[in-house]
Amino acid sequence: MTQDMTPLLNVTNLSISFGGLRAVDDFDITVKKGQLYGLIGPNGAGKTTVFNLLTGVYRPDVGKIFLEDENITNMKTMDINKAGVGRTFQNIRLFKKLTVLDNVKVGLHNRFHYSTLEGIFRLPRYRSIEKIMNEEAYKLLKVFDLENEADYLAGNLPYGKQRKLEIARTLATNPKLLLLDEPAAGMNPNETKDLMKTIRFVRDEFDMTILLIEHDMKLVAGICEELTVLNFGKVLMSGETNAVLNDSRVITAYLGED
Amino acid sequence: MEKIPKIWRENLITYGMVIIAYAVMQILISFGLVSRLVQGLLVPLCIYVILAVSLNLTVGILGELSLGHAGFMCLGAFAGAFFSKVTVDAITFSPVRFFLAILIGAAVAGLFGFLIGMPVLRFRGDYLAIVTLAFGEIIKNVINALFVGLDSNGVHFSLSDRAALGLLDDGDVIINGAQGIIGTPQDSNFTVGVLLVLLTLFIVMNLIRSRDGRAIMSIRDNLIASESIGIHVTKYKLMAFSISAALAGVAGVLYSHNLNSVAASPRAFGYNMSIMILVFVVLGGIGNIRGSMIAAIVLTLLPEMLRGLDRYRMLIYAIVLIVMMLFNWSPKILEWRERHSLRELAGRLRGRSKV
Ligand SMILES: Nc1ncnc2c1ncn2[C@@H]1O[C@H](COP(=O)(O)OP(=O)(O)OP(=O)(O)O)[C@@H](O)[C@H]1O
Ligand SMILES: [Mg+2]
Repeated sequence: MTQDMTPLLNVTNLSISFGGLRAVDDFDITVKKGQLYGLIGPNGAGKTTVFNLLTGVYRPDVGKIFLEDENITNMKTMDINKAGVGRTFQNIRLFKKLTVLDNVKVGLHNRFHYSTLEGIFRLPRYRSIEKIMNEEAYKLLKVFDLENEADYLAGNLPYGKQRKLEIARTLATNPKLLLLDEPAAGMNPNETKDLMKTIRFVRDEFDMTILLIEHDMKLVAGICEELTVLNFGKVLMSGETNAVLNDSRVITAYLGED
Repeated sequence: MEKIPKIWRENLITYGMVIIAYAVMQILISFGLVSRLVQGLLVPLCIYVILAVSLNLTVGILGELSLGHAGFMCLGAFAGAFFSKVTVDAITFSPVRFFLAILIGAAVAGLFGFLIGMPVLRFRGDYLAIVTLAFGEIIKNVINALFVGLDSNGVHFSLSDRAALGLLDDGDVIINGAQGIIGTPQDSNFTVGVLLVLLTLFIVMNLIRSRDGRAIMSIRDNLIASESIGIHVTKYKLMAFSISAALAGVAGVLYSHNLNSVAASPRAFGYNMSIMILVFVVLGGIGNIRGSMIAAIVLTLLPEMLRGLDRYRMLIYAIVLIVMMLFNWSPKILEWRERHSLRELAGRLRGRSKV
């Protein structure tokens, strides 16, 4: 394992309430560079809310979020992405009326520039930059086996491919940290197995740090090195995957007692 | 990668339609086959096409509802006419003067688009529709009450009456309240109108197929996702809205230089006009640039064509509206069109049948 010791993501005391509900309560997590880290927990535990806090969709009531040395707490969603956080969504959010290729090219937006006028008048820089963008986008599409669907409208892709395209689009922004919200939701066992391979490939090939939310325990056990378990907004426990999955408290939280 | 040529082909068809329609019309005119009535409609047709295409940038491409497009047209009309009236003696070469008037009309309308969009576009929801509706009416009413005069002391403004301007003997009233601007040079003609239509199409269609255009459409399709990949949502909303307003300003300049006067009447610049432009966009297919153009032409020409039928005129007009609505929006027909499109046919002839 080639893990650096500097934490890439360091979150402390993160909390948010909606009305009377403490959706996330004093949440801590430390993800090291290069790690494949899992965030699990029963339905409604607050996992997606954590992602929304990390990406500035919600502002935390208290708590601090550091990406390497940068304090990204309270930054705007757009700036958090520029700082290096990419994410996907539990309920897929693609640009449905854009082509598959264009979805990825929107992801490349902040990495390749030409002016509005150069674009409208099709000046040389428009041509050269668009060419580079196409090449970059195709490279990513190939990783996810989507290059043959490049000209399709994103909304017309089958479900599993939509999930992959969402990851490709986010990777196009060149993030340091990738947040995946239930990437295997709605996939059949074969697609899930394929996805596991892709996630590992992305980690190795792009030198990525990945924090993922997942209900599929096979996937979690198969690829995550460490886990944090969330229950009723609180961290139930964190640690090495096997230790966590075999812990009696986690098992009860999942099976539900009371 | 056969993607770029495909877009080019689509765009060329759109330009081609405009150029062919222009050529056919010129030939018909030269043979004396076009009535005075229809000849008088040619410049308005260009104006409506520019308005419809530019509004589609806001409604169809950015995905925000604007109900004040006529307000931006009004600003452009008066800014351009003001300039032309003031400089009519100084710049005698009319093409240059008109070119400058168009730039000024576009700049003023675009600037107001920016100023209005800045506070409003930050919010989500239908704020823009309400604010633009109000703005359109305010602009029209303010200009309707506005008196502007020019004398050797400079420019004078008043919102009450002409006398309040206190002009010297050498002075001249430029904007005369409800009467507007009288004596603008009639620089508009069908050829210039068609050139401006082509320019509008060029700007809008090329913008859509560029880095900025993709960002704008991504906001329309999913704002949260767009932010999550680092798109500056406010910037691109403002960009689309301002360009749309500036192009409406161009249509306004064309309007105010078509006859020799322009007044801020409700008929020309009221919300009914804004709604009519919106109808062109909706019927032509939201986000469909060529559709906006065709809808604007058909729905402008039709009432005039049907004048002879007198009593049944509005009935036929209504039927055409419904048919166009179905043609552009019914899922079954959309599917049928997809299957029978020229592109699909060409694909099948070449022996591949991709979507
Ligand atoms: N914007 C909001 N307003 C009010 N309540 C919210 C909001 N967002 C989330 N919640 C509540 O916070 C709690 C946690 O929701 P969250 O979506 O984070 O759960 P989750 O762990 O992702 O669940 P699942 O596994 O079902 O996706 C839920 O009770 C939810 O109803
Ligand atoms: Mg969730």
